[in-house]
Amino acid sequence: METIILFAPLVGALLCGFGWRIFGETAAMWIGTGFLFLAAALSWVVFLTFDGVSQKIEIMRFIQSGYLDTSWAIRLDRLTAIMLIVITTVSALVHLYSFGYMANDPQWKDGESYKPRFFAYLSFFTFAMLSLVTADNLIQMFFGWEGVGVASYLLIGFYYRKPSANAAAIKAFVVNRVGDFGFALGIFGLFYLTKSVNFDVVFAAVPDIANTQLTFLWREWNAANVLAFLLFIGAMGKSAQLFLHTWLPDAMEGPTPVSALIHAATMVTAGVFLVCRMSPLMEFAPQATAFITVIGATTAFFAATVGLVQTDIKRVIAYSTCSQLGYMFVAAGVGMYSAAMFHLFTHAFFKAMLFLGAGSVIHALHHEQDMTNYGGLRKKIPYTFWAMMIGTLAITGVGIPLTHIGFAGFLSKDAIIESAYAGGSAYGFWLLVAAAAMTSFYSWRLMFLTFFGEARGDKHTHEHAHESPMVMLIPLGVLSLGAVFAGMIWFKPFFGHTNYVADFYGIPYEEAVSHGDGHVEGAEDAHGDDVAKAAGKAEHHYAFAGAPGEGALYFAPDNTVLDDAHNVPKWVKVSPFVAMVFGFLMAMWFYIWNPSLPARLAENQRPLYLFFKNKWYFDEVYDAIFVRPTKAIGRFLWKRGDGDVIDGSINGIAMGIIPFITRIAGRAQSGYIFTYAFAMVIGIAVLVTWMTLSGGAH
Amino acid sequence: MSADLGTILPEILLSLFAILGLLGAVYTGKDALASALVWVTSAVFLGLAAWIGLSGEGTHIAFNGMFVDDGFARFAKVVILLSAAAVLVMSEGYMKSRDLLRFEYPVLVALSVVGMMMMVSAGDLMALYMGLELQSLALYVVASLRRDSARSTEAGLKYFVLGALSSGLLLYGASLVYGYAGTTLFSGIIQTAQHGDVSLGLLFGLIFLIAGLAFKVSAVPFHMWTPDVYEGAPTPVTAFFATAPKVAAMALFARVMHDAFGGAIKDWSQVVALLSVLSMLLGAFAAIGQTNIKRLMAYSSIAHMGYALIGLAAGTALGIQSMLVYMAIYVTMNIGTFAFILMMERDGQPVTDISALNQFAKREPGKALAMLVLMFSLAGVPPMLGFFAKFGVWQAGVDAGLVWLVVVSAFASAIGAYYYLRIVFFMYFGSEDGAIEVNGSKTLWVFLMGAAAIIGIAWVPGINMFGIGAIAELAATSLVN
Repeated sequence: METIILFAPLVGALLCGFGWRIFGETAAMWIGTGFLFLAAALSWVVFLTFDGVSQKIEIMRFIQSGYLDTSWAIRLDRLTAIMLIVITTVSALVHLYSFGYMANDPQWKDGESYKPRFFAYLSFFTFAMLSLVTADNLIQMFFGWEGVGVASYLLIGFYYRKPSANAAAIKAFVVNRVGDFGFALGIFGLFYLTKSVNFDVVFAAVPDIANTQLTFLWREWNAANVLAFLLFIGAMGKSAQLFLHTWLPDAMEGPTPVSALIHAATMVTAGVFLVCRMSPLMEFAPQATAFITVIGATTAFFAATVGLVQTDIKRVIAYSTCSQLGYMFVAAGVGMYSAAMFHLFTHAFFKAMLFLGAGSVIHALHHEQDMTNYGGLRKKIPYTFWAMMIGTLAITGVGIPLTHIGFAGFLSKDAIIESAYAGGSAYGFWLLVAAAAMTSFYSWRLMFLTFFGEARGDKHTHEHAHESPMVMLIPLGVLSLGAVFAGMIWFKPFFGHTNYVADFYGIPYEEAVSHGDGHVEGAEDAHGDDVAKAAGKAEHHYAFAGAPGEGALYFAPDNTVLDDAHNVPKWVKVSPFVAMVFGFLMAMWFYIWNPSLPARLAENQRPLYLFFKNKWYFDEVYDAIFVRPTKAIGRFLWKRGDGDVIDGSINGIAMGIIPFITRIAGRAQSGYIFTYAFAMVIGIAVLVTWMTLSGGAH
Repeated sequence: MSADLGTILPEILLSLFAILGLLGAVYTGKDALASALVWVTSAVFLGLAAWIGLSGEGTHIAFNGMFVDDGFARFAKVVILLSAAAVLVMSEGYMKSRDLLRFEYPVLVALSVVGMMMMVSAGDLMALYMGLELQSLALYVVASLRRDSARSTEAGLKYFVLGALSSGLLLYGASLVYGYAGTTLFSGIIQTAQHGDVSLGLLFGLIFLIAGLAFKVSAVPFHMWTPDVYEGAPTPVTAFFATAPKVAAMALFARVMHDAFGGAIKDWSQVVALLSVLSMLLGAFAAIGQTNIKRLMAYSSIAHMGYALIGLAAGTALGIQSMLVYMAIYVTMNIGTFAFILMMERDGQPVTDISALNQFAKREPGKALAMLVLMFSLAGVPPMLGFFAKFGVWQAGVDAGLVWLVVVSAFASAIGAYYYLRIVFFMYFGSEDGAIEVNGSKTLWVFLMGAAAIIGIAWVPGINMFGIGAIAELAATSLVN
């Protein structure tokens, strides 16, 4: 069954991409979509029936060379199962949605065939993503990793007539190269130390790796830290974390279903998945995970600030994605991998829905993406409005504080914020709370600008605004179910008590002795009475056990973040809700009660506004530091090196020197017999002289 | 005595055949018999080649060491006989249609082949000179076969005068060697000429000998006759010049160097290396300017002799082996190429201008493809056989420490590729003004296609270059112990 899930999208991609001339366009698209729905249905079966025990399903021998011994195998554990449903569900719905969205794309001329290609790319992407998450070893994972990179490249540049789309595709590819370089180095390092790339072997060897020193960049490092760091570099690239995030907003050049599938729900979460998958290694790499936490929190904050002022609807959501990925990394960084997976899971639903909803708005307004030209669309496209509303409620984290009732984002985001606090990362905690406020602000800003107020922009476009067809609304409906209920249904296995989580992930656990108090002490010192009360209540019934590699995740024996997170003070638990309400009220004030305020504020705080508007000037700085020098070097090597030196010398030899010698040789061939005889005599004279001087001396 | 005669029986039979053929034709049909005589001569060559190739084993020495029949000689003789037979057969149609076919032609070729067989078996400076002159005198005449053509006679005359000069040099060298070694027998010379112990006079003799031999293989700077003679002589004669005599001269060169001066390899090796490098470079550079395909092939043969000389310069058994393989492959390529050149004509007149080949591939894709294979092979492009020929001598050169020579050779080979590929360029991409015809001679077609097929498929695993490597190895070990 797992094999069918993995290969159905590939079959669909091949049939759709190459067979559409035979089946016809529409049939080919339905074939691709059908295979994905099959995969999605089977994935849910696998997820719901899975008992938590890791399985290995071998498909074929892959590479055998010396120590390198890899199979093409599916590693089925809880992580894989979660990713399977996320990927196949979103992908299937996006396929369906694309029937409507891509129906009459103005980028293409009449009669041009682009839809089967689009569907084939989507299906191929799904296959690559599935082979990434089902990987049993690092090589296979790298295959999937690069496969999704290719698919992402192809889909971002799908509108290949647009120079900006091509530039964005190249940018995504090149920036990912940087991350992939780190990932590849990490794989090499693990292979170097363990002589294997299979997860089982690598995980089992992690305690040894932690005791090994590795020389890297002329310095001795702890091997576990440096390898975890290198792998995280790869994750940063794929998951658009700070410094390697610049490609993600530009990737919005791709069609909106692509943004929903790849740049919101699946591919960008591959980095989070990687960190969770490598949790045994991460647990032994405290410095690296501290770094992950800092990068994640900073990204969450940074992306939220930029999202505040963007006016392109897709870019707002893109920065929102970037920010939410930061949340997940904070959770993984403090050791709460299941919370990271939880947010990954819920985020996939509501973010995909927000993107698809945005796509529906764009579709309604004839591919207008600027929110300043929206307004008052609530009545025109009611279904889209309600879907977006649910998505917004989910992402902003609406729920009833101190209970487990709320939209999906409420539960998963709060879980992360509590984990950050419990994990002892004050930096992470405060930045995430601030980011939560800003998330609320920009999400509501998006809603208000789009659906409320007066219609702005082109009158004609607004008059013709129309609700999207059913193929686009059904995916929105399905996803909104996930956005509402996913958090409440799966709260316990993801972030409940230790035994629930351990059962869910197949991690061994044992009755806790009594190490609880000691661990909360640190928090007690820092936060005083509130924590003391919480600590008093703390009862550690169970604790994670088992060796690295047993179960889908690994929690070190001293990792009690989960329990600690349940026992954080009330003000910590409430803080994200307060931040959310604050952001909502600010948005109301700015865009409903006093719509002239934003412009005035932007005028008053112009430097700050421009700083956010220009995305902290990352692109400009990178352009100056990396792009232009690289281009200059390239131009130098091209013009001077290749053009002048190589071509020049070859042209010089071929067109100057050799014809010259040829002319001389031709002139020597005078046709006169005495010239020839003379040459012979000279020849023998030279030979005799030479031999007399050198050879004769022997 | 009878054993001596038994050893030399093939040469005797071929001489008798030539004499009888000459007498018979003179007293009966004269030129009317020429065609038949060509075929018979070819048949005799083939028969002798089969006899020599299949019968003998071991080393037989006749006439007190003046004549040596060993594996090396047999290899060279078979190649000479087969290529001479092939060229004769190719000539027949061409000469007949141009009223060139004299009955003397096959007779002269047979006599020169006797000379060549004598050369490669020579064990004595006398025998060497006898063979060399027998070969050369016949060739001088054949070069001016077209008596009413100024160019042909000029070619013959030039060849004769310069050949006489080279014979003089050779004889002078031989007398010096005799003077200092006290014997003309190679087996005697080798005892005197041991490395570090070579007297200056013997060294002078050696150099003059080398000069004389270098003339025959047309190595620079003793090559000047080659382009003029190749261009002036009738094309079938040029084809003959480019094949059998080159093999004979190269084999004789190797025999003298190893049999007579095998103890002083270092002394002659550097001279040979110098000749080799000059030949390769001049062959590569000078051919670029040529528009006449026969002149181009003359420079091509100069360059190829340079490559083959690398094997000789190596001074090892592997070197001789690679040189023999090189010569065999070279002869095959040249037979194919000349079969094509013999076909080139316009309005019944032979054409030798390479620009005439423009757009040839459009009209005759099959022949153009065969020519492409041959040109690629001559240029040394893998996987054609010509590449393996070069690879072999390079390997021998590197093993013998002549890396510089190999590097220069690779450089020359890259330059030389230009003019071979230019022919291909004309055939496939040239502008439309060539309009050459190729006559439909089945014989020539067979040789062209046969040579191209051999060249083109020899690399296939399992064919193993038709086992020539192993045969050449046997031959080489019989020469170099």
